[in-house]
Amino acid sequence: MNATSTPLLSIRNLSVTFATGRGPFRAVDKVDLDVAAGELVAIVGESGSGKSVAMLAVMGLLPWTATVTADRLSFDGKDLLALTPRERRKIIGRDLSMIFQEPMSSLNPCFTVGFQLREAMKAHLDLDKTARQKRAVELLDLVGIPEPERRLKAFPHQLSGGMSQRVMIAMALACNPKLIIADEPTTALDVTIQAQILDLLLRLQKDSGVGLVLITHDMGVVAETAQRVCVHYAGQQVEMQDTRGLFRDPHHPYTSALLAALPERASGRILPSIPGVVPGLADRPAGCLFSPRCRFATQTCRTIPPPRAGADLGYALCHTPLVDGHPRALKKLEMPA
Amino acid sequence: MFRFFIRRVALTLPTFVALMFVTFVAVRLVPGDPIEARTGERGIAPERLAMLRHELGLDRPVWQQFLDYANGIVHGDFGVSIVTKTPVLSEFATLFPATLELTLCGLAFAIVLGIPAGVIAAVKRGSVFDHTMMTIALTGYSMPIFWWGLLLIMFMSEYLGLTPVSGRMDLINFYFEPVTGFMLVDSLLSDQEGAFSSAVSHLILPAIVLGTVPLAVIARMTRSSMLEVLGEDYVRTARAKGLSPFRVVGLHALRNALIPVVTVIGLQTGTLLGGAVLTETIFAWPGVGKWLIESIARRDYPALQGGIMLITSIVILVNLIVDLTYVAINPRIRHG
Ligand SMILES: Nc1ncnc2c1ncn2[C@@H]1O[C@H](COP(=O)(O)OP(=O)(O)OP(=O)(O)O)[C@@H](O)[C@H]1O
Ligand code: SF4
Ligand SMILES: [Mg+2]
Repeated sequence: MNATSTPLLSIRNLSVTFATGRGPFRAVDKVDLDVAAGELVAIVGESGSGKSVAMLAVMGLLPWTATVTADRLSFDGKDLLALTPRERRKIIGRDLSMIFQEPMSSLNPCFTVGFQLREAMKAHLDLDKTARQKRAVELLDLVGIPEPERRLKAFPHQLSGGMSQRVMIAMALACNPKLIIADEPTTALDVTIQAQILDLLLRLQKDSGVGLVLITHDMGVVAETAQRVCVHYAGQQVEMQDTRGLFRDPHHPYTSALLAALPERASGRILPSIPGVVPGLADRPAGCLFSPRCRFATQTCRTIPPPRAGADLGYALCHTPLVDGHPRALKKLEMPA
Repeated sequence: MFRFFIRRVALTLPTFVALMFVTFVAVRLVPGDPIEARTGERGIAPERLAMLRHELGLDRPVWQQFLDYANGIVHGDFGVSIVTKTPVLSEFATLFPATLELTLCGLAFAIVLGIPAGVIAAVKRGSVFDHTMMTIALTGYSMPIFWWGLLLIMFMSEYLGLTPVSGRMDLINFYFEPVTGFMLVDSLLSDQEGAFSSAVSHLILPAIVLGTVPLAVIARMTRSSMLEVLGEDYVRTARAKGLSPFRVVGLHALRNALIPVVTVIGLQTGTLLGGAVLTETIFAWPGVGKWLIESIARRDYPALQGGIMLITSIVILVNLIVDLTYVAINPRIRHG
């Protein structure tokens, strides 16, 4: 974390609780995140670890059953939690935009691509009709869609998944955002075009200097592109490190297991599976949530929730963070203020 | 789109044939015949009865009667009323505007209230508004039309004296020739002061009574369709653009939610035309429904057959239009 410049997005202790039929369910538990302007931060974690929910909370897009709390949730110097819905809508879609996991269902089937693309500009930019149309054509061109004029008149069902995701990317870029959150932008696509779409996204990010939070299962992509990595497990953030540090010396046993399970490290493109499953609502252990699957688990781990380590140990949420693969007991003083 | 149109139209042909058969049989299942209905208790001399029956063609074999009737319809001839001796088609044409006006106003009432009610209930699901609306809708749906009509007449007309009890127009104070057959339009065209408000006050109760069941159905359908759509990814995308809730709900969600609602509205048109028969009887509304009921009493076979045939054809036609509209508003089918 860069202490000198104020980060674009700054999150401290973000928690999200859903009211469900079987009582409250905490899907995100005390997550921190800082993203500087132009930075690329990756969030990795197994399915159901609260990655999407955390980012939807930032966007303010969670359903009414969700309760969001945070010590800090600021974007571009503004406290998102203190904004009125109207003020927030001025930021969402303009300075902060999001690309979703399911491109095919994320476009409205009743409206043309052009309509949906121009609509965001109409809401935020001071452009007249012809200027919006011109920019729409440019955007489609930018995301590599051939015959942009014709495509603008198409309905979403006439597009393939990859095409839809290109449109979604164009839509996210429409108002020159400062930060884009891309939630597993390629997971739903054909393997053959996943790389294309990701390359496009990364190229556009590099060219425009926009900040990018990339939620992904792809450790290979993380290794190649991200400056920093957050590892989520069961709603908690178990580790956050510079990418190089994380791959060289993972401090949390979960991260370590993830990397160890990677076939030849970065060549395996899917998040590797490690034995066991993420605990659900009913079977949450009392102490460390990872203890049922952790090979370093002790009696303490099973009964007492672990503290958070300091920056030098990747903020690992562990009683005995690993250093060079070996557990090391935390000194009391290393807990963050 | 064109091929769909052709196929859909072709599909209605067998329905018409079946309809022709069913009306013919159903009409004859009512005990008694036109002559008995006219002579009643008085009785009639056998030779005069035979003559009358011959005159009306009732002495011919039933299958021949059916062929005559079917042949007539194919050539656009719906027969001549036994009682009034006028062609059924022209009688129907005179009365239908009244029924259509009532039906359209009932439908408009149902749509104008039903869709917003359903949308608000869905957006505020679980709220007091939602529960109240849905209870009212359920009550409205299960309320017998006859009882509900009488209740309204008793309260609004008898007790409050706000609206007239029956008819389409205050015929003592106003008279004008029908131009369109729609009282609302004709009264405006007539330039007579007070005529329009008289037309409205006559129309309002029957329209409410007739529109109640469709209102309930439309409100419930809109609500459930809306609830489903509000959870869709593209609604989240719309919100992620920072659009106003009004635009997200009223445009992005509603546009999709309306697709099944339009179908339901179309199906309700059949119910409405059927309901018009009852409503017209309650409010002495001079339309097709009242005429049909009277024709039953007179066993006026041609009028009944032709009338039912015509009104049902209109229902089938409306459903056809609804299907085509459904295709038109749903791009997934249009460009399928
Ligand atoms: N609306 C909701 N109501 C209740 N629980 C929810 C809701 N949305 C998500 N959850 C739960 O929150 C948890 C985190 O979900 P989330 O979608 O953030 O996971 P994820 O890390 O993005 O997983 P994936 O990799 O599959 O996208 C899951 O257990 C999910 O069931
Ligand atoms: S706290 Fe214990 S169980 Fe949890 S990750 Fe650390 S070592 Fe493993
Ligand atoms: Mg997700």
